[in-house]
Amino acid sequence: MSFLTLEHVSHQYFSTKGYTKALDNISFSVNEGEFISLLGPSGCGKSTILSIIAGIMQHTSGNVKLDNQPIENSELAIGYMLQQDYLFPWKTIIDNILLGPKIQKNESTEMHDKALLLLDEVGIPHVANNYPSSLSGGMRQRVALVRTLITDPKVLLLDEPFSALDYQTKLKLENLVFELLHAYNKTAVLVTHDIGEAISMSDRIVVMDSNPGSIKKIFDVPIELRNELPFHVRRHPKYQIIFDKVWEELNEDETSPV
Amino acid sequence: MTEKSDQRLFDNYINNLKREKKIVFTWQIIILIGFFAFWEIFSRLRWIDPLIFSSPTRVYDSLVTRFSDGSMLIHLQVTLFETVLGFIIGTALGILIAIALWSSARFSKIMDPYLVILNAMPKVALGPIIIVALGPGYFSIIAMGAIISVIITTLVVYSGFKEVDPNYEKVLRSFGATRWQCFKEAVFPATLPVMISTLKVNVGLSWVGVIVGEFLVSKEGLGYLIVYGFQVFDFTLVMSSLILIAVFAAIMYKVVEKVETWLIKHTG
Repeated sequence: MSFLTLEHVSHQYFSTKGYTKALDNISFSVNEGEFISLLGPSGCGKSTILSIIAGIMQHTSGNVKLDNQPIENSELAIGYMLQQDYLFPWKTIIDNILLGPKIQKNESTEMHDKALLLLDEVGIPHVANNYPSSLSGGMRQRVALVRTLITDPKVLLLDEPFSALDYQTKLKLENLVFELLHAYNKTAVLVTHDIGEAISMSDRIVVMDSNPGSIKKIFDVPIELRNELPFHVRRHPKYQIIFDKVWEELNEDETSPV
Repeated sequence: MTEKSDQRLFDNYINNLKREKKIVFTWQIIILIGFFAFWEIFSRLRWIDPLIFSSPTRVYDSLVTRFSDGSMLIHLQVTLFETVLGFIIGTALGILIAIALWSSARFSKIMDPYLVILNAMPKVALGPIIIVALGPGYFSIIAMGAIISVIITTLVVYSGFKEVDPNYEKVLRSFGATRWQCFKEAVFPATLPVMISTLKVNVGLSWVGVIVGEFLVSKEGLGYLIVYGFQVFDFTLVMSSLILIAVFAAIMYKVVEKVETWLIKHTG
C-alpha cells in the first residue's frame, strides 16, 4: 500500500523576468517503511520535491498525498534533515533536540528521557549539556538526526545530509541512519547526487533529469542489497552492476565528455 | 636541553609582551600629563588667552567649589538621567519598530521611503518642534536623546533580522512552527549580537541628542552650563562641563561594553 504519493506534481518559480519550470509532472509513490532516493544533477528540483512534501513550499499543480490525505491537511509529522545540521548555536544540545516538542507544545520529562536515550543510541551519550560549537561535524549531524527523530515523524526527508562530511564520517553515518530507520520502520526519501549512497541506502532509486526537473527512470535496487548495511553493499558483487546501469542512465544524453 | 631552550623562548615572548604593554601605557600617561601641563603653562605665559581657554588649575578649583556646594551634582545628575533614559527608550523603540517591520513584509515595503527620509534627516533639526510639542522640560530632552538613535537602530536591526539564515526557519517550520515561533526561536536570538552592537553606537548618539536639547531649552544640565558659561563669558565653567561630559560619556561607554560582553557570554 502506498503511503506517500505524488501525482502529476509541477512547480514553477516566478520572477519579474519570467518563470522557470522547476518540476514537471512528477509522479511516484513510496510504501510504508520504504526507503527511496532521488538522484540527479544539481538543479533538477530534488530539494524542491522535499520542500513540497514537507509542506514548506506550495506546488503549483498536482496532488501530494500522505496516508491518503492531501498533504495540506495531513496531521502526520514530517522530519526534515538538511545538508548542514543547522543546530542553533545559542542552544545546548538537549535544547536543540527538544526544539520540535517545544514548538508542538509537547515538552515533558518523558521527552527529555527519550532525547537522552536517542543520543545514547547514536553513540554520543555525554554531550547533552554542551553547545554545538564544541562538537565535530559528524557529531553535530548525529544530533540533527536525533532532533528529527524525537517528534516521531512518519516520513523522513533527507536533503543530502551527508554531503558536508568527510568520507569516513559519511560512511559511518550512512550505516547509523540505515540501522535506525529500519529499526523504527520509518519511511524515508533521500536526496543525493552520490550514486553509491543512493544504491547502498535505498530500496528504489528515482533518477531525475534537469530543466525542467522530471523523472527519467525508476530503478529497483536488487533484493539482496536492500537489507545489507550500506558499508557492505558497496562491496557486494551486484553493487557494480546496478552502479553501471544508473551511471549509464544519468549520462545517457550527455553530449560533451566530462 | 631542548626543553630548557623552549622555556627560554617562551619567557622571552612573555617579556616582550609585557614590555610592549609598558611602553604603550607610558606614552598614554605622557600624553595625558603633557596635555594638561602645556595647557597650564601656555595659559600662564599668556600664549593662549586664559579668559577663553582657562587653565587646568582654574577648572579644578571651579569643579571643587561647585561640587562642594552641590550645584554641579544636580546638573550632572539631570544630564545622566536624561541620557540613560533617552538611550534606553531609543534602543528599545528602534527594536520594536524593527519587529513590526519584520512581522509584515507589506508594511515594511510601505514604510521603506519614509524610513529613508527619516534616516537621512538630521534629527537635531527637529529640536524646536519637539520642544514646542512636548514642552520645555525633561520630556523634550529625553525625546531628543531617544529620537536620534531610533531610526538607525530600526534599520540596522531590521536588516539583521533579514540576514538570518532561512534554513533555521526551515527546520522550525518542518516541526509546524508559526511565524511568531520562528521569530522567537530563531530570528530574534540570531540577531542578538547585532542588537548588542547598536548599544555602543546609541550611547554616543544619546549624548549628542541630550546636550543639543539642553542647549536649546533647559534650565539644568551640563549642556545648559555650557551655554550659560558661554553667555556670561565664564569659560572655566564651559571647560569644566566639557571635562565632565568626556569622563562620564567614556564611563557609560565602558559600562555598555561590559554589558555587551556579559550578554554575549550568557546568550551563547
